Amino acid sequence: MTVTPVSPASSETVNSLEVSRLAYAYPDGTQALFGVDLAIGRGERVALLGPNGAGKTTLVMHLNGILTPGHGSVTVGGVPVRKDTLKDIRQRVGLVFQDPDDQLFMPTVRDDVAFGPANAGLRGAELDRVVTGALARVGMLDFAGRPPHHLSFGQRRRVAVATVLAMEPEILVLDEPSSNLDPAARRELAEILRSLDVTVLMVTHDLPYALELCERSLILSGGVIAADGPTRELLADEELLAEHRLELPFGFAIPSL
Amino acid sequence: MGAGHRHELYLPGDSPVHRLPPQCKLLAVLAFAIVVVATPREAFWAFGLYAVLLAAVAAVARVPAGHVVRRMAIEVPFVLFAFLIPVIGMGERVSVLGLSLSAPGLWAAWNILAKATLGVVASILLAATTEPRVVLLGAQRLRLPSLLVQIAMFMLRYLDVIVGEMRRMRVARESRGFAARDVRQIPVIARSAGALFIRSYERGERVHLAMLSRGYTGSMPIIDEMSASVVQWASALALPAAALAVLGCAL
Ligand SMILES: Nc1ncnc2c1ncn2[C@@H]1O[C@H](COP(=O)(O)OP(=O)(O)OP(=O)(O)O)[C@@H](O)[C@H]1O
Ligand SMILES: [Mg+2]
Repeated sequence: MTVTPVSPASSETVNSLEVSRLAYAYPDGTQALFGVDLAIGRGERVALLGPNGAGKTTLVMHLNGILTPGHGSVTVGGVPVRKDTLKDIRQRVGLVFQDPDDQLFMPTVRDDVAFGPANAGLRGAELDRVVTGALARVGMLDFAGRPPHHLSFGQRRRVAVATVLAMEPEILVLDEPSSNLDPAARRELAEILRSLDVTVLMVTHDLPYALELCERSLILSGGVIAADGPTRELLADEELLAEHRLELPFGFAIPSL
Repeated sequence: MGAGHRHELYLPGDSPVHRLPPQCKLLAVLAFAIVVVATPREAFWAFGLYAVLLAAVAAVARVPAGHVVRRMAIEVPFVLFAFLIPVIGMGERVSVLGLSLSAPGLWAAWNILAKATLGVVASILLAATTEPRVVLLGAQRLRLPSLLVQIAMFMLRYLDVIVGEMRRMRVARESRGFAARDVRQIPVIARSAGALFIRSYERGERVHLAMLSRGYTGSMPIIDEMSASVVQWASALALPAAALAVLGCAL
């Protein structure tokens, strides 16, 4: 496992993501977040764990301003998420949705990957370079001309990652990236994520996957961050897991270092 | 996913017609259709020449006649209608093969058939040489209302997804013992249709969020710079120009 050292004392002291005292209630009155505090340093890969209904997706939707906080604030790479910074924020936060069919809406893979950078104003050769680069990083360059609905689920998930990589985000946020993937596709995606040189926040129910990819994990439960620490330590704490309805798969033992 | 076994309109190729920018082809087909419609129905030979022009385009585009003929099924309702007009039409009667038919009705039927057929064949040739998404890019270039272009684009992208969803719902219904046999089952079908609508609507919302996340502000960004040269415009417009020359002689 590669370890990305994070030294707060280095010149890059600005965190990729800072969330402070974030609270949110849906219009129907459901209070989903009750004051979330977290900070993620540049280059870190962090897993966001938590039971169904904990508020993980709600939190993720705040990170690029799809939802507006009822209380508290979100800061990405030093820029606060506000109405007037939205354009900049959406460039910095790459959100990969759970269902790739929601994410891939253009007629071809190439057009889809080009959508974000073209909105940011790239054209012609430069646009081509960015698109090719992003598709190459997820190993989908040969599929550029294909319509997304003719790809397998795992391939679509990879293209979905490419669509946000093309925007050269400060932080990549994935909502349950390993769901519906077969073991090989799951491993390929892990390899891609590990090869990237960006900050990653990964929402997942797949605890072994979190252990494999992320040094650090957060547990969101009941709308607050209930635990924050090295993934290995959190997953070894059976009491903590049980308290938040988290379970390791049957027969899974945390491999020794 | 369900694609592939449909009658594909597009015929991949690399002919000079395939390579023309879509906006040129769209405009050429539109202009050709206008000239055809403006031609007086008595000018039989003009329609013959129009057909020859289209045949020439098909030859250059290397689109086989069979491809065009099979896709002309779309015209069948018009043909049936056209056949009815002389039978039910009024006015002076002529006798054809023992049937008493209306003469103005015959003229009207011929008028519809000839013009619709030429228009349909021209459109089939356009579709055979231009991918659907590229047709839409052409429409975008021609400054057609961007909302309409975007709606067509999403239909193109999500048709298979929605058809797939429909199929899954049918399988789910049938595997629980449901079979659509008579009218009493209509409420069940109607409820599934409602559920399908809600699902599609919610997907629309999620897609919109995904678009916003990537900087969408209401208009599609121009991804391909497809500017057409003067030569390309000239070669595309050669078709309506030739048709116009024919029309000029016919008038
Ligand atoms: N649009 C909505 N309107 C009202 N309440 C909502 C809405 N979306 C989610 N909720 C509620 O907010 C809470 C948090 O939901 P959220 O989707 O963020 O959970 P999650 O952690 O992503 O769960 P899962 O693991 O199942 O994806 C839940 O109680 C849910 O019922
Ligand atoms: Mg969720």
